[in-house]
Amino acid sequence: MWLRFKRDRTGVICAWVVLGYFLIAALAPVIAKLYGKNPYTLYGQDPEYATDNPVLDDFGLPLGYFGGVTGEHWFGVEPQFGRDVFTMLLYGMRTSLYMALGVTTLLMVTGVLVGLVGGYFGGRTDYFLGRFTDFFLSFPQQLFFIAFMPVVTSFFVDPRDETPTYFRALAILIVLWLLGWMGMARLVRSTVLSLREREFVEAAKVAGASPWRIIRKEILPNVVSPILIQFTYLLPSTILSIAFLSFAGVGFVEPTPDWGRMFATGAKVAEQDPAFMFFPGVALVVFVLCFNLLGDSVRDALDPKSGR
Amino acid sequence: MKEDLVLPAPRESAAGGPGEPLLVAEGLTKHFPVKGGFPIRRTVGHVQAVDGIDLTVHSGESFGLVGESGCGKSTTGRLITRLLEPTGGKILYKGQDITHAKRKGLAPIRSEIQMIFQDPYSSLNPRQTVGKIISGPMEINGIDPAGGREKRVRELLEIVGLNPEHYNRFPHEFSGGQRQRIGVARALALEPKLIVADEPVSALDVSIQAQVVNLLQKVQKELGIAFLFIAHDLAVVRHFSQRVAVMYLGKVIEVGDRDSIYTRPRHPYTHALLSAVPEVTLTDEEGGTRERIRLAGDVPSPINPPSGCRFRTRCWKAQDKCASEVPPLVRIDGNRDGHLTACHFPEEPTIEARGQDVVLDPALAALEKPDKD
Ligand SMILES: Nc1ncnc2c1ncn2[C@@H]1O[C@H](COP(=O)(O)OP(=O)(O)OP(=O)(O)O)[C@@H](O)[C@H]1O
Ligand code: SF4
Ligand SMILES: [Mg+2]
Repeated sequence: MWLRFKRDRTGVICAWVVLGYFLIAALAPVIAKLYGKNPYTLYGQDPEYATDNPVLDDFGLPLGYFGGVTGEHWFGVEPQFGRDVFTMLLYGMRTSLYMALGVTTLLMVTGVLVGLVGGYFGGRTDYFLGRFTDFFLSFPQQLFFIAFMPVVTSFFVDPRDETPTYFRALAILIVLWLLGWMGMARLVRSTVLSLREREFVEAAKVAGASPWRIIRKEILPNVVSPILIQFTYLLPSTILSIAFLSFAGVGFVEPTPDWGRMFATGAKVAEQDPAFMFFPGVALVVFVLCFNLLGDSVRDALDPKSGR
Repeated sequence: MKEDLVLPAPRESAAGGPGEPLLVAEGLTKHFPVKGGFPIRRTVGHVQAVDGIDLTVHSGESFGLVGESGCGKSTTGRLITRLLEPTGGKILYKGQDITHAKRKGLAPIRSEIQMIFQDPYSSLNPRQTVGKIISGPMEINGIDPAGGREKRVRELLEIVGLNPEHYNRFPHEFSGGQRQRIGVARALALEPKLIVADEPVSALDVSIQAQVVNLLQKVQKELGIAFLFIAHDLAVVRHFSQRVAVMYLGKVIEVGDRDSIYTRPRHPYTHALLSAVPEVTLTDEEGGTRERIRLAGDVPSPINPPSGCRFRTRCWKAQDKCASEVPPLVRIDGNRDGHLTACHFPEEPTIEARGQDVVLDPALAALEKPDKD
């Protein structure tokens, strides 16, 4: 399997790119330090900094070409505040990737558990789990993301107080988790349902295996590849969801750097400063594309019968 | 249904002498509920897959169970291996009642009753290596053979005629016949006393069937394992089984030792089955051509089986009595010991030519006509 994967050129390149993203995200503070900027300083308004290196003109737009790209600010600066785009992107990716990783893992675990149990035990258990899944599926996701975020937040935090950032993260996690695990559960359930009838499961039963052992040793290995494949599709879509939340204004707020919110800002200033959208956009497209391609390669590699 | 349960042991027997009854099934019944109705699903009927059958398998003996598709053979096998919960009746293993034993209670017996499955493609886990598949049962039952499990697996592979070097291969690298051998090795891993083989060769190519049957026969003789060999025609079982039971629609309609069933059948259905076996050499000594019986139509639905004798809708000897009374499975006049038949109007105990074909299906008869000239 590993060998098969290594032979797949696209897969390997994409794997490196994706790995690179995670590495950059993980090392964001280190990189920012070496680079000498941080995502919180308002370089445009800081009187000390601005007199030596003016980054914004009188209208609050970046000086110079392409959104103010200079040796000092590689990806330019943000209009109005003059924050450094490069570090904002670094930290923004960090927030998004970590959140997405957390959310996706939760989704997978929940979905796989629900699917395995429902599919294997069948009968009444399956019936109730199935209705439960349907119930969650019936929510219009996008709407509820937006509608539920404030609800969840105010549930734990007094609306008059300032919501701490970690709490916003938690709220995003909860909402995305509650509304996202169903697809996985359905996939696993249907796979398990067809596996359960196979004779090798009966063979294990005849040998006296416990249900738990059958699930673990006989069934789980057979659903690993659909799970992995689903994971590679889920992660980028979760990143997009998180970006969407921030874009819609219910995710992270200022000053937490966030990928999604950069798009929101980008959209606002698109007419005056189209370049601002460029770097976050390219970064996102490359990432999602690579991750999806990686998913395809993983699927090919996992199939023992694919002829590659 | 009453019957004399103590059947005499077969005259010729493998592995040094007939054993005492190893497995006894009494009035074994399995009804599957049929769900239907909307919006509230409820049980609207029952598939009477197995309806009160009695079987006795002696230790070291190979017992054949034959019948058309859908007559409940697999269900019987699954009941005996306790993959299904019986609706009624009793299963005794070495005198111990295991009818409703739970997994824990079955633990000591699990290793003694094993199963070989019909489909060699779905009976092996595609994600496990051959070594893992065969050592799985040992692992579950905590058996540590001398020299380690791997050594034992290699031995088993050798016994079933595979290369021990195949230990680390995956099932998809093998042919159907080889896979079935792996299945046999897995069943042997626990050194069972009884193996239920559910049509172990019917999914295989004809040329390979004989090899696998020979392997099973070798295993049965050399290791003295009792077999419940399920098949849908009498030809396969003939070379394998000392005693044979014929099933029809959830009931055993005739049971006896091999000679009785093959040369002195009494039940019309057995006659029909035998005439459908092309190869059964109705030996020259007996002379004459075989009668030809073709059965009309399909097996009736097991949800609503015919009253009285279940075979009456297709039987050419059926009379009023057949519809009203269930024929008991008993030894009838002219039968040898242990040869039981469930029929009110049995056929002569012979397989000699009938003089003319009994063709019960007009469509088939029409088909046959052109051939005749
Ligand atoms: N799980 C089940 N639920 C409902 N009905 C079942 C179930 N399993 C078997 N049946 C029914 O029980 C009857 C007997 O089935 P069984 O599988 O025992 O037949 P069989 O003799 O093994 O046939 P074959 O030669 O085709 O394997 C069939 O009518 C089948 O439809
Ligand atoms: S009992 Fe009657 S219907 Fe049944 S097999 Fe015998 S003769 Fe035919
Ligand atoms: Mg069957």
